Amino acid sequence: MIEIKEATKVYSNGTVGLNKINTTINQGDFVVIVGRSGAGKSTLLRAINRLHDITDGEIVINGKSLTKANGKQLREMRRDIGMIFQNFNLIKRNTVLKNVLSGRVAYHSTMRTLLGLWPKADVDLAHDALNRVGIPDKAYVRADELSGGQQQRVSIARALAQEAKIILADEPVASLDPLTTRQVMDDLRRINQELGITMIVNLHFIDIAREYATRIIGLRDGELVFDGPVEDATDEMFTQIYEREIKKDELLGV
Amino acid sequence: MNENTIKKPSKVKSTLTTLLLFLLIWGSAYKTDSTFEELFTGIPEIISLLREMIPPDWAYFSYITPEVLITIQMALLGATFGAILAIPLSLLASSNIFVSPWIYQTARFILNFLRTIPDLLLAAIFVAIFGLGLIPGVLALTIFSLGIIAKLMYEFIETIDPGPLEAMTAVGANKIQWIAFGVIPQIAAQFAAYFLYTFEINIRAAAILGLVGAGGIGLYLDETLNFLEYQKTTSIILYTLVVIMVIDYITKKIREKLL
Repeated sequence: MIEIKEATKVYSNGTVGLNKINTTINQGDFVVIVGRSGAGKSTLLRAINRLHDITDGEIVINGKSLTKANGKQLREMRRDIGMIFQNFNLIKRNTVLKNVLSGRVAYHSTMRTLLGLWPKADVDLAHDALNRVGIPDKAYVRADELSGGQQQRVSIARALAQEAKIILADEPVASLDPLTTRQVMDDLRRINQELGITMIVNLHFIDIAREYATRIIGLRDGELVFDGPVEDATDEMFTQIYEREIKKDELLGV
Repeated sequence: MNENTIKKPSKVKSTLTTLLLFLLIWGSAYKTDSTFEELFTGIPEIISLLREMIPPDWAYFSYITPEVLITIQMALLGATFGAILAIPLSLLASSNIFVSPWIYQTARFILNFLRTIPDLLLAAIFVAIFGLGLIPGVLALTIFSLGIIAKLMYEFIETIDPGPLEAMTAVGANKIQWIAFGVIPQIAAQFAAYFLYTFEINIRAAAILGLVGAGGIGLYLDETLNFLEYQKTTSIILYTLVVIMVIDYITKKIREKLL
């Protein structure tokens, strides 16, 4: 369970990124955060694993305060939160397997990970993760030899190998074509349903958001303007979140 | 009408710059007593020296071969030690690895300081400390290589893709794991290329370190010049030239393959 209490982010130049966000996300939710660009979607997502620090308020994950955690505590909390990025953020020159195994570093001593002495259980876990995203045969291929969709699946496998309980995905399909978009979103949904991993996804395609989310959070200028089950997110609601009619490029339409 | 005509930019600044430049050159020549006249009257002497230098002493080539090999070994050792020391120093000097200005500015200050000392001066200092021989030469080349590699590396490290670094932070890696998994794979090939480049520069530097007694072929260069054995000097120059060209070619080919 993620409890976000009065989370506020004010940048050093005075811009308000998040304004007193209050919400609770339950284990197993598939949450999609929507809003115009600059509404604070990415800031909110990155506050949940503290890639960005909030300036006021508190975030509590499964009873432990993320905001107050430091050093080792913070690294252990991050270990339980996987992250998927728009640009995949893989080490391009390394093999797919090594990229997936890099999700395991926080479980072992520094020396062991530096020498690459992964326990057999970890290697099995990595292969399982690749199997789950449908690319078991790519384990020993260099990451930059894969297509965009395949690279995004490697990054999903990395989050799986991490044995994360929560996965944050920041515009995971923004650099993919419509067909691969569906495949990657299907992967995320399957993982959410089969493994009960909480999904928090930023999306700018409204139709995709409606199709996959169980719950929608709408942000406007850093404020939470909608938070409810997907059935309640009507066209009028989206128009309010976006402060205008929905445009064509906000629909994937496939 | 006149208000609309664009005024020609003033030429005062460029004229003054040119004038100042000429003044500086003339002043330097005056102070150092170098005149064109001297250059012209010196021509016959230059020609006679060149005559004395050819043909090279062919027999001398095999005699100096061990010394040439030692010079190459010095260059290689210096580049290797310098490269090893450059790894931590270049990471410390990169503002995207260590965000605190206290750390990276201090590291950069040390680097800049090391780079201001000429290699011959370094060698002379080490000769004074350790005595004549190879060790001062290798030490001088180590510092020299460290300065070059660390400077080039930290400038490169600051341009790497921040994405994988963010990903490693997100999985809960500690700082060392973060560097080993996020940074090193992105810089390894470039590091190897800079190492080879430095090795190549080191050969040139190593060839003259002997002038201050720091070992290598430079010692013989000094000796033959002092004994007026100019044909042997030519042999040394030619030999060094060939070695530099060959190593230049090889390292260039490897660098192309690396990147």
